[in-house]
Amino acid sequence: MSAPTFDLGNLHGGLRMPRRKDKSNKQPIQQVPVPQQLIIPITQHVGDPAQVVVGIGERVLKGQLIAESDGPISAPVHASSSGKVVAIEPWPVSRRLGGNAPCIIIECDGEDRAIELSEPITPYESLDQEILFQKILQGGIVGLGGAVFPTAQKLMHASITPLEHLVLNGIECEPYITCDDMLMREQANDVLGGAQILMHALGVEHCFVAVESDKPEAIHAIADVMTALQDDRIALKQIPTIYPSGAEDQTVQLVTNKEVPTGGLPTDVGCVVQNVGTAAAVYRWICKGEPLISRVTTVTGDGIAAPMNVSARIGTTVADIINFVGGYTENVHHLVIGGPMTGRSVTTDRIPLVKATNCILVMSDEEQFGHEQPCIRCGDCASVCPVQLLPQQLFWYACADNEAKLRGYGLMDCIECGCCDLVCPSHIPLTADFRMAKARMRELADEKARAERSRQRYEAHTERLEKEQMLRAQQLEAQKQAAREGGSKAIRDILERTSKKDAQDPGED
Amino acid sequence: MEFARRDAPFIAPKANVASIMRQVLYALMPATIVHVWFFGAGLVFNMLIAIMFCIGGEAGMMLARGKSIRVALGDFSAIVTAIIIAFALPPLTPWWVTATAALFGIVVAKHLYGGLGFNIFNPAMAGYVVVLVAFPVHLNFWVAPRIGDLDYHYVTIFETLSYTLTGTLPDYLTIDAISRASPLDAVKSALSTMHTFAEIHANPMMGDFGGRGWEWISNYIAMGGVWLLLKRIIRWHIPLGVFAGLLVPSGLMYLIEAGNHASPGFYLFSGGTMLCAFFVATDPVSAATSPRGRFVYGVGIGFLIYAIRRWGSYADGVAFAVILMNMAVPAIDYLTRPRIVGHIKHGKAPGA
Repeated sequence: MSAPTFDLGNLHGGLRMPRRKDKSNKQPIQQVPVPQQLIIPITQHVGDPAQVVVGIGERVLKGQLIAESDGPISAPVHASSSGKVVAIEPWPVSRRLGGNAPCIIIECDGEDRAIELSEPITPYESLDQEILFQKILQGGIVGLGGAVFPTAQKLMHASITPLEHLVLNGIECEPYITCDDMLMREQANDVLGGAQILMHALGVEHCFVAVESDKPEAIHAIADVMTALQDDRIALKQIPTIYPSGAEDQTVQLVTNKEVPTGGLPTDVGCVVQNVGTAAAVYRWICKGEPLISRVTTVTGDGIAAPMNVSARIGTTVADIINFVGGYTENVHHLVIGGPMTGRSVTTDRIPLVKATNCILVMSDEEQFGHEQPCIRCGDCASVCPVQLLPQQLFWYACADNEAKLRGYGLMDCIECGCCDLVCPSHIPLTADFRMAKARMRELADEKARAERSRQRYEAHTERLEKEQMLRAQQLEAQKQAAREGGSKAIRDILERTSKKDAQDPGED
Repeated sequence: MEFARRDAPFIAPKANVASIMRQVLYALMPATIVHVWFFGAGLVFNMLIAIMFCIGGEAGMMLARGKSIRVALGDFSAIVTAIIIAFALPPLTPWWVTATAALFGIVVAKHLYGGLGFNIFNPAMAGYVVVLVAFPVHLNFWVAPRIGDLDYHYVTIFETLSYTLTGTLPDYLTIDAISRASPLDAVKSALSTMHTFAEIHANPMMGDFGGRGWEWISNYIAMGGVWLLLKRIIRWHIPLGVFAGLLVPSGLMYLIEAGNHASPGFYLFSGGTMLCAFFVATDPVSAATSPRGRFVYGVGIGFLIYAIRRWGSYADGVAFAVILMNMAVPAIDYLTRPRIVGHIKHGKAPGA
């Protein structure tokens, strides 16, 4: 069975590109065994870091809370297996700017003993909204599509806006990545179970499951479970295979034919988008009591001997995972965390798998990158831009550092999908340039805000000084006046006194 | 294990400037052959001279600017400029005319404005306009096409070479014996002496639409252009704009007063229309940048071609039309910005 691709919104531009997905989706998801050591970063989400609640030397069990959520946007972290905390120290992680981040390092005992649930599992239908949000927060669940925004807080924010649709994003439009595809094929039950929980939590009566048309098996699996569930609130939408149809705003545009306003969120047009993996994680936590301690990730690329999808514990190092799938090939150039369009290149494979890691991509030197040449303004970039920007103009203004023009031409609307890079005949790293220009603009805005604050402080300071000065001047004036008035009176008194004296005693000289 | 770092995306672009320019050159090959068939080897000599001076100018300027010569010559853009200049010039052109056009185009119009990507004016057209103004006599000297006329003299390679190198023909040949007015010239002067277009069109020098022979060159240039469209090297907005801008006013005038105006078909297949629509106006560097903007830019060029041909003092107006519209590009770009997804106003980015 296949769902219709009509009645979809329009997406400007986009790219049809080599999918390279069949490298990794030929075999079922494999379980990576418990490694000797788990390296679990305390920040695996957007927002404030979690607070560590275990000490060095403490024994922890699988599923035990080891860092609790702290702050308005934050998510807790759980131990992925049982063992002993041996260190809490900085460790290399996959961040855009590289570098280290604080991690809890657990020496695993190999027993993989799970902690007992603090409260029994109750059917989610009996829980009301607030409690369900709190429970989802406790599960450490974050958006698994790659953005890792804490799910509970996303839902809480969404629940106070008028909502129409829940959209489950199973589009997975980037080349190479197949983890959502495999997850939908093997765990469609969990995915749709999660959808029902999320609908209940949000109080919405409509859910679209959006899947790209190049995943017939996944579509089949979802459709089968839909038939079994008999839940007519859930509908399947087949999305044309065009990158970047799976980016959040673009998904909304395709599924509902509504544009997310600039600077806004999908909730502004009545939508909440959740990744299918997130939905499955919600289901496993709420219905089976299993917090987010593992995820499916695609290990692929020309640099990998046997590409496949694996389910690995959060904290397993990339080196361990690559060893498990059979190691590297001879010719290895870049290690990328994430997809080939939006992923991050890292320098070492000692980094751990985190909640955001949907793909481990090892590139050989097969991709030949040419040297950057001058822009010939061919406009191919503008014709593929899904946000309908003019990258050639933005590039021009980015080179000139013209902030006003960059804003006017919508730099902040750029979703950094990388389409423009791929069609540029001059091989200009447009996306990287835009990312840098954005950072610079944010910095400038920060600087401006700082300058504004210090200006206000300075003005308040001078005002205060002026007031004090004025007050002092008034006091002085009053004293002078008093002295003057008092003084003349005193002189008069003296003169009077002396003249009296003179009158009384005239013949002294 | 340690790895090298680079920024996303990690998939290399397929297109490159050199291959685009090369395909533009391939697209002009059939037209070159047809041109040589009708007018002799002059075009080839012009091409060689233009290429020599364009490459020399490019290399010299890159050297003077302290940049890599290899990269600049590797992108073939100077050769494309040279070939277009050669196509624009008459088959018999003294070498210094061609050299002036080539050097002005590359040195002044291209490199003094910052080189590839920064030039405001189309280098080939800028160079052509300079020689059109500076050497009007040479630029009006066209030989007759080989179409089977009785008094036809086919200029040999030797005669062509002699004229190209020295500016004079061998003693036994006079310019008057071989020169012919171009169809645009002929129509323009005949219309001004109160001939009707129907009369002019009955002349054996006229073919189905344009001049006999000439229109075949236009056909082959158009074929090359369509091939570029199919290969997605160029997009349809500019050619269609040029055609619309030319055909709509000329068609209207022709409908109103068929005797006094040349047919739209004549304008379409005469002079540099096809070359302009597919190969000159589509030069991305000097053209408008958004799809809508490109259509407007094309319409402007088409209309100016018509206006100059009909009311101007030059027979063909392609080069002037392109240069004038090049000047309008910043305004067109500003006024035709597409609406950014998620913004409300059309053509206006908030805060701009």
